[in-house]
Amino acid sequence: MTGNDLPTARIARAIAVAERHADLNAFLSLDAAGATAAAQALTRRLERGDRVGPLVGVPIAVKDNLVVEGMKTTAGSRILSDFQSKFTATAVRRLIAAGAVVVGKTNLDEFGMGSSTERSAFGPTLNPWNPRYVPGGSSGGSAAAVAAGIVPIALGSDTGGSIRQPAAYCGVVGLKPTWGRVSRYGLIAYASSLDTVGPIARTVRDAARALAAMAGDDPHDTTASREPAPDFTTTLDDGVAGLRVGVLDGWLDDDVTPGVRSAVRGTANQLASAGADVRSVSLPDVSAALAAYYVIAPAEASSNLARYDGVRFGHRTSVPVTSLAELYSRSRGEGFGPEVIRRILLGTFALSAGYYDAYYGRAQAVRAELTRAFLAALMDVDVLLGPTTPGPAPLLGELQDPVTMALLDKFTISASLAGIPAIHVPTGLERGLPVGVQLMGRPFAEATLLKVARTVEIHSGFERSAS
Amino acid sequence: MSDATTPAGLQWETVIGLEVHCQLATTTKLFCGCPTRFGLAPNAATCPVCLGHPGTLPALNAAAVRLAVRVGLALGCELQTVSVFARKSYFYADLPKGYQITQYERPICLGGAVPVDLGDLTREFPLTRIHMEEDAGKLIHGERGTEIDLNRAGTPLIEIVSEPTLRSGDEAAAYLKELRAIVMALGASDGHLEEGSFRCDANVSVRRPGAALGTKVELKNLNSFGFVKRAIEFEVGRQTAALEAGGSIVQETRLWDEAAGRTRAMRGKEDAHDYRYFPDPDLLPLILPSEIVESERAALPELPGQRRARYRDALGLGRYDAEVLTADEETSRYYDAVLATGADPKTAANWVNTELKGRLDGRPLSEAPVTAEALGQLLAALASGRISGKLAKDGFARMCAGASVASALAAVGEQVSDVSAIDAAVSAALDATPSEVAAFHGGKTKVVGFFVGQVMKAMKGRANPELVNSRLLVLLQARRQPQ
Repeated sequence: MTGNDLPTARIARAIAVAERHADLNAFLSLDAAGATAAAQALTRRLERGDRVGPLVGVPIAVKDNLVVEGMKTTAGSRILSDFQSKFTATAVRRLIAAGAVVVGKTNLDEFGMGSSTERSAFGPTLNPWNPRYVPGGSSGGSAAAVAAGIVPIALGSDTGGSIRQPAAYCGVVGLKPTWGRVSRYGLIAYASSLDTVGPIARTVRDAARALAAMAGDDPHDTTASREPAPDFTTTLDDGVAGLRVGVLDGWLDDDVTPGVRSAVRGTANQLASAGADVRSVSLPDVSAALAAYYVIAPAEASSNLARYDGVRFGHRTSVPVTSLAELYSRSRGEGFGPEVIRRILLGTFALSAGYYDAYYGRAQAVRAELTRAFLAALMDVDVLLGPTTPGPAPLLGELQDPVTMALLDKFTISASLAGIPAIHVPTGLERGLPVGVQLMGRPFAEATLLKVARTVEIHSGFERSAS
Repeated sequence: MSDATTPAGLQWETVIGLEVHCQLATTTKLFCGCPTRFGLAPNAATCPVCLGHPGTLPALNAAAVRLAVRVGLALGCELQTVSVFARKSYFYADLPKGYQITQYERPICLGGAVPVDLGDLTREFPLTRIHMEEDAGKLIHGERGTEIDLNRAGTPLIEIVSEPTLRSGDEAAAYLKELRAIVMALGASDGHLEEGSFRCDANVSVRRPGAALGTKVELKNLNSFGFVKRAIEFEVGRQTAALEAGGSIVQETRLWDEAAGRTRAMRGKEDAHDYRYFPDPDLLPLILPSEIVESERAALPELPGQRRARYRDALGLGRYDAEVLTADEETSRYYDAVLATGADPKTAANWVNTELKGRLDGRPLSEAPVTAEALGQLLAALASGRISGKLAKDGFARMCAGASVASALAAVGEQVSDVSAIDAAVSAALDATPSEVAAFHGGKTKVVGFFVGQVMKAMKGRANPELVNSRLLVLLQARRQPQ
């Protein structure tokens, strides 16, 4: 390892680039001192010839809804503006154990509720390709940090598309693993049955390296699977010959830009010429999935966010109160932003006595039916190919209406509800902004998904240089 | 009082269902590794998980599942292969996450019954269900305002829900006493009432026999079995009086005020929470491993009811002795250990219930000054005639003061059963008190006791009392003047 590759040099460069791009507002906090110290320790170990992990000296950014001991974790919310966790999220801990160095925490829509990172209590993040556009969300800070060349790998979380959609708008790779593949311990919950932790990366290989380091069971998260986690990098270049790819042509019918349509069609052709067996597959209408998601996710959120009450941690109102109920309503009213309040109200209603069956119960039935349909389709093909988003990134301020915003996630929500792995791979530009494709696979078949993604990456020839 | 009779002579039937919260005797909490030990400094037994910190997740404690299975097996419940934890949502300062993790639609046990001794008969009171849940914390209201101690938050509980088949405060108290004895015998709970390990709420209503169930009132703050009985009896009186007067019962929660001897309304139905239950997505459905069920089934100990029956039927003890000896696990374990030395069951029961309990004066058996084995050796000496009952008591006193059995027996010496020695002492006593001898011959047989005392005194308490008695009668007869 030469001077420029040593952890100290790599971390110093990452921090310098981050500071140069401060105007993007990708980071809510940078930990130059902590990262430098960690890099020095790693450099000393390398010089001593000690064993180091496969990600030694790799600077990473962490979405600010994953707790890291010694740093603030805000979840993009005023209610946690000064919160410091007493422990580090399992996914982050495993990346650090593999040699990665956390340089900072990235911006997000408050508690992950949003699709543009404009719903952060700490201001929007700008798209590195063009600062007039949103980076997507909710993991917009992580996607922007990778796209701007600050870090090669950033952690995001994906509940309905929050890794894949910003990866699409920022022209980077975004992997949502199977639910249960990566421990959620230390991820600030939005909707637990949908929440996943995954990497946003410059390349498919980096995404595979990060997943390999994070995956596996965890005594702190009993929903984390004991499914063996293979080294996802070893099969990356095996090619797609003989693999069956199902193209979701039905998703390309309406409301999709020409750039996105040709990205999917072009990718299908490239995979066919690379030896894959490409066929058309049809699946249920995405509108039912969207409706189910907007009942289930707010319902779980209304419960997950009940703990922010101003009693033990987080924002507490400074207005003198006369009752416990007033302490709760003032602290929460002041601490939460409007989108979070909207979803808490929606979810509280959906779980109420007398409405449970009509809303939550029915949404779960829709989810079960949709999951069956996806798993059945994936019996016949190895991966599904379709769009990630209807088009490239919207302008800042364009998404005022919650329904318009929700529609941006219409292609990503199905994989979240079905719990299956999905990845966004950038393939080209439309009006100067990145577009790409989404691949979805069988539960715990990330190795196959990554192999196909790698082939798409090679054939697309997409240049990753936003800055 | 199983029924309240109204002035008009019409009968009301009381309907009671009990919900018992029983703390499971695990060393750590239900979803984290914090200790469950009682009496620690406030909030010393807390961690990010039980404080509900952002990013934390529950991890189910297998030991708690095992204890719940044990209770379910002992009470004859149908164990559910799949049960589901749900979230019960409400805001309160002692509830860190804003929801309690509990089992709702799919509890771990359905059915079952508690067998209760009611005087001459044993009745089975059926159960609806048993479910697992976590406890909340505790608010401490003081001069500095309200403070929160979350040591108890996350402690594992089972809630044992009865069917509404209890008919009186006495039945309710007997049911609770029996249930507590059972969970303690199982080692599933320490059963401490004062530490809140065993708590009860009662649902009470009245109706005309055969009529549909009346409106029920939930009674809380029932901190002892006596409170339960009195609260139910007060409530039955209050409800029948209201209905007699043409009024109606409001569905509400009422607190028992022991000092005032009455229940007070706490919260009405209009303030009732909508708990918004839904399955907890952080916990997969609990699938009971059959190894746990089978190993628990194989290791089920004798239950208090079975033990009482054994004491009465196999050992021939009276109802009272059987009752007292099985009142708590420690006592029956001690008694069984005394029996294991070969002691006579009735003698051993007398010694444990009278001599030992007298010494302990209400303190628990764990503080017994004499081990069961040592008491057994003492009783063996008594049974063999080596010592008398009197000497045995003297020896026991010495053992309580720290002496070993051997040194206590040596100190009290052997009892004298030598007939010539006893005859000598008897003759001396009779010679010394001719007027009492005359009284005896005149028909005052009670003076025998006086002679026994004199002989015992002369022989320093070592004489075999049975021999003294029989020789006294013989020698007294011999001195009868021929008429």
